[in-house]
Amino acid sequence: MNLRKIKIRFMLHLDPVLLAGLGGFLFISLVLLYSASDGNWMRVLGQLGNIAVAFTAMWIVANMPLHWLMRIAVPVYVFGMLMLVGVALFGEISHGARRWLHIGVATIQPSELMKIAVPLMMAWYFEKHEATLKLRNYFVALILLVLPVALILRQPDLGTSILIAASGFYVLFLAGLSWRIMIGGALAALASAPFLWSALHDYQRHRILMLLDPSQDALGKGYHTIQGMIAVGSGGILGKGYMNGTQTHLDFLPERTTDFIFAVWSEEFGLLGNLLLLGLYVFVIGRGFIITANASTYFTRLMAGSITLTFFTYAFVNMGMVSGILPVVGVPLPLVSYGGTSLLTLMLGFGMLMSINTHKQLVKT
Amino acid sequence: MNRFIELKNHQREIYYFRLRLVLSLGFVAVMLFILLARFFYLQVIRHEYFHTLSDSNRIYVVPIVPNRGLLLDRNGVVMAQNYSGYTLEIAPAKVTDMDALIAELSRLVTITPKDIKRFKKLLTERQALETMPIRSQLTDEEVARVSAQRFRFPSVEVKARLFREYPFSDVTAHLIGYVGRINQKDIEQLEEDEIASNYMGSDYIGKTGVEQSYETQLHGTTGFEQVEVDAGGRAVRVLSRTTPQSGSNLMLTLDAKLQEVAEQAFGDYRGALVAIDPTNGEVLAFVSKPGYDPALFIDGIDTETWEELNGSLNTPLNNRALRGQYPPGSTIKPFMALAGLHYGTRAPTRTISDPGYFMLPGSRHQYRDWKSGGHGAVDLYKSIVVSCDTYYYGLATEMGIDNMHGYLSRFGFGKKTGLDMDGETSGLLPSTEWKTKRYNQIWYPGDTVSAGIGQGYNLVTPLQLAVATATLANDGIAFQPHLVKEIRPARGEPVLTEHKQMYDLQIPPDHLKLVKSAMEAVTKPGGTAVGAGYGVEYRMAGKTGTAQVIAMKQGEKYDAKKVSEYNRDHAWFIAFAPADKPRIALAVLAENGGHGGSTAAPIARKVLDYYLLGKIPKPLQAVSEKAGSESD
Repeated sequence: MNLRKIKIRFMLHLDPVLLAGLGGFLFISLVLLYSASDGNWMRVLGQLGNIAVAFTAMWIVANMPLHWLMRIAVPVYVFGMLMLVGVALFGEISHGARRWLHIGVATIQPSELMKIAVPLMMAWYFEKHEATLKLRNYFVALILLVLPVALILRQPDLGTSILIAASGFYVLFLAGLSWRIMIGGALAALASAPFLWSALHDYQRHRILMLLDPSQDALGKGYHTIQGMIAVGSGGILGKGYMNGTQTHLDFLPERTTDFIFAVWSEEFGLLGNLLLLGLYVFVIGRGFIITANASTYFTRLMAGSITLTFFTYAFVNMGMVSGILPVVGVPLPLVSYGGTSLLTLMLGFGMLMSINTHKQLVKT
Repeated sequence: MNRFIELKNHQREIYYFRLRLVLSLGFVAVMLFILLARFFYLQVIRHEYFHTLSDSNRIYVVPIVPNRGLLLDRNGVVMAQNYSGYTLEIAPAKVTDMDALIAELSRLVTITPKDIKRFKKLLTERQALETMPIRSQLTDEEVARVSAQRFRFPSVEVKARLFREYPFSDVTAHLIGYVGRINQKDIEQLEEDEIASNYMGSDYIGKTGVEQSYETQLHGTTGFEQVEVDAGGRAVRVLSRTTPQSGSNLMLTLDAKLQEVAEQAFGDYRGALVAIDPTNGEVLAFVSKPGYDPALFIDGIDTETWEELNGSLNTPLNNRALRGQYPPGSTIKPFMALAGLHYGTRAPTRTISDPGYFMLPGSRHQYRDWKSGGHGAVDLYKSIVVSCDTYYYGLATEMGIDNMHGYLSRFGFGKKTGLDMDGETSGLLPSTEWKTKRYNQIWYPGDTVSAGIGQGYNLVTPLQLAVATATLANDGIAFQPHLVKEIRPARGEPVLTEHKQMYDLQIPPDHLKLVKSAMEAVTKPGGTAVGAGYGVEYRMAGKTGTAQVIAMKQGEKYDAKKVSEYNRDHAWFIAFAPADKPRIALAVLAENGGHGGSTAAPIARKVLDYYLLGKIPKPLQAVSEKAGSESD
């Protein structure tokens, strides 16, 4: 390691490898947004602004020593929970869901914060009880996870609650939850499904069926899936070329700068483009795994592992949704879709990864 | 030793952690493989198929709007229907110079300045890719002219559509309400209710009245076609079709003819009338006068007409029957009499002496009776027949406001009746608790005195008073008032609305008999509505009321001629008939009509005459020969 590299790593607390991967995504995001928005510079500049904010936040977090991360875990979680309860009680309804909280001039969406706060809190809890881990501790951690997920599911926001449930599950899994319990839990869930089904109202059953079979709602969500699949499939191996996607530019694709941006990419750059994009995800996730494997404490291992795996889940759910193997649940393509909030949360996560990787020599074992 | 174990544990822990990490890596690899396989399937194996779909052909999902349900009266007379016609529509998104386009178009079809104003207002209300109507009801000739020139106007379309029509126009405007174009607020509501996809092709939604409250039943289920369209946008073939399901027809409880008779009976008076079948709660007539032409609102009203309607002193847009709140005046007295009997405050035989005024103990303030000099010796029966104020000043004072509130609220005063129409107001039945909450003031004995004759803080809606009258007529058994008799789905069995009994007040029969017989005497010589009862061929019971609009100073005398028109007293009349076995109960309000007996009671008489005897009042005979819609 030459002196220059050491400088970047330990003075700026940035991880050059991860940074390169993230830069690749943000570049793709800007290029793709220009096409998806039909050449609308305002969208591109807007996303550039979002990137600037998110990058700054990432850098700040990257510079936080690890014991700070430990220290903020509980307050951030408690604050997030209070806000979620606040949303349930006085939240603002928009598009049929109660997700936003009006504070003075700004509206905020507390469920986004919980994407970071929940794994942080669970990792903190496991670290506290590391020496004497018992079954009881896994149970408490599970409750820390289930409470916010239930509140977010009630809003209703299926996409976010799935991601948070996944991030919490990864912490439990990496913390060594026994196989017997995991398999037992899965079997119990399967066994209780018929009973749960019979306890549901007709309209709830209807909703679940619609989610599983979108063609039932060809004018609503089914339309999204059908058009998404046509876009992906018609892209072929080489794609239709940049700015030449007919699905995109003839208004067939809904939400093409946000949740369905992957369809634009697939249509215009084809299977090769998809391979490139998947390769970039593998690159970033691989770096995340290396950081996780080298992390020095129990807390940082759990946190880094959860952040990396959640990032992958994010990408998998979105691409699965657009290509028609998963129901449409409203999850953006991480680091590419337009939107400041999800970008900020993701970059905060990467900031933590960088902090974990660049501060570890201070707490050498 | 100790330290050694710890170290070992630590290494084991790291080992297990890394094992799990590797497993996660395997999980990621499997998921990635699934995605890759899916991409390969879509983009290589099925590429041809999707390529065809996207490139040469495109699938459009075209919604098919269901026919909106009809509204019929209880005898099958149509009160709202659909007719097909042509509209000229413009897609604003494709237009660069709107004014020039409109100028061009007006050479082909007549476009009035009013049409243009209305159209421009529509543009500001809903910004979307769809088309907006600038002219409706095109003639065949106009359709032909535009079609011939179509190539010149890529942004213009002639559309065949179903239009809503209200044959009774202003006579039923407040009852039926109207449909109007779906605006941003409606869209948000539909999205919240998760039924937005059912409105994909719909242009209209019920905005007020029955059209609004039964929107779900009337709208029906939207069907859709999957159509293959070529690059030029022409439909090549239909891939699949789900037929729409028409909305349900609604048979109302209303009697259209009775409604017409009632509306005409008002003459030039503003006011409201609600008539109910006391044995089951069916609303027979529901008038709020003046009405308005509901057709004005269907495709958006222009600003000028809207301001004219909204700013008018006669407030034609105000649904007086449902939302108008007025002091009940003396119509409260039969209910007060029942309260007095209930609490034992007044025995039927007890007489008071009425000097023409009432004074609270220890006060010199005189509460005057409407008749200067008074009514002499008055018992409960006579107090209703001659509408003696002094009797009720004393009764209210002795009973106390909270007892009054307790008893009268049983008749539904101060509460919404729960009619199947949105926007009902609840009136006001005061109590000490209410005054503390509302004004943070204590209740003064003087407040009770005026409350006793239905003045002061008391407020009722004509609907409430009609329901209370029906309850009294039906011996204290109240039925839920409702407007829809039967829902007739396009497929399946018609559903009759249940007659729901709301409550049974269990009023002792001798109390009822006394009050009802006094109300019958109101319409006979010696009663306050003798004129309206003259020559009646059935047993008619009623009670007059006069509600003050402005307060009189002590010692000042009310003189209708000196008071401006809009400050004159409101005239009330409540009635039911036949008195021994009531089939109809009603409440009439004539705004600024002066005395209940001379203005409101004759309106009630005409309504009762028609309903019970089939008599059509003279001036209306001429009108009703001109069948169909009439508006002024």
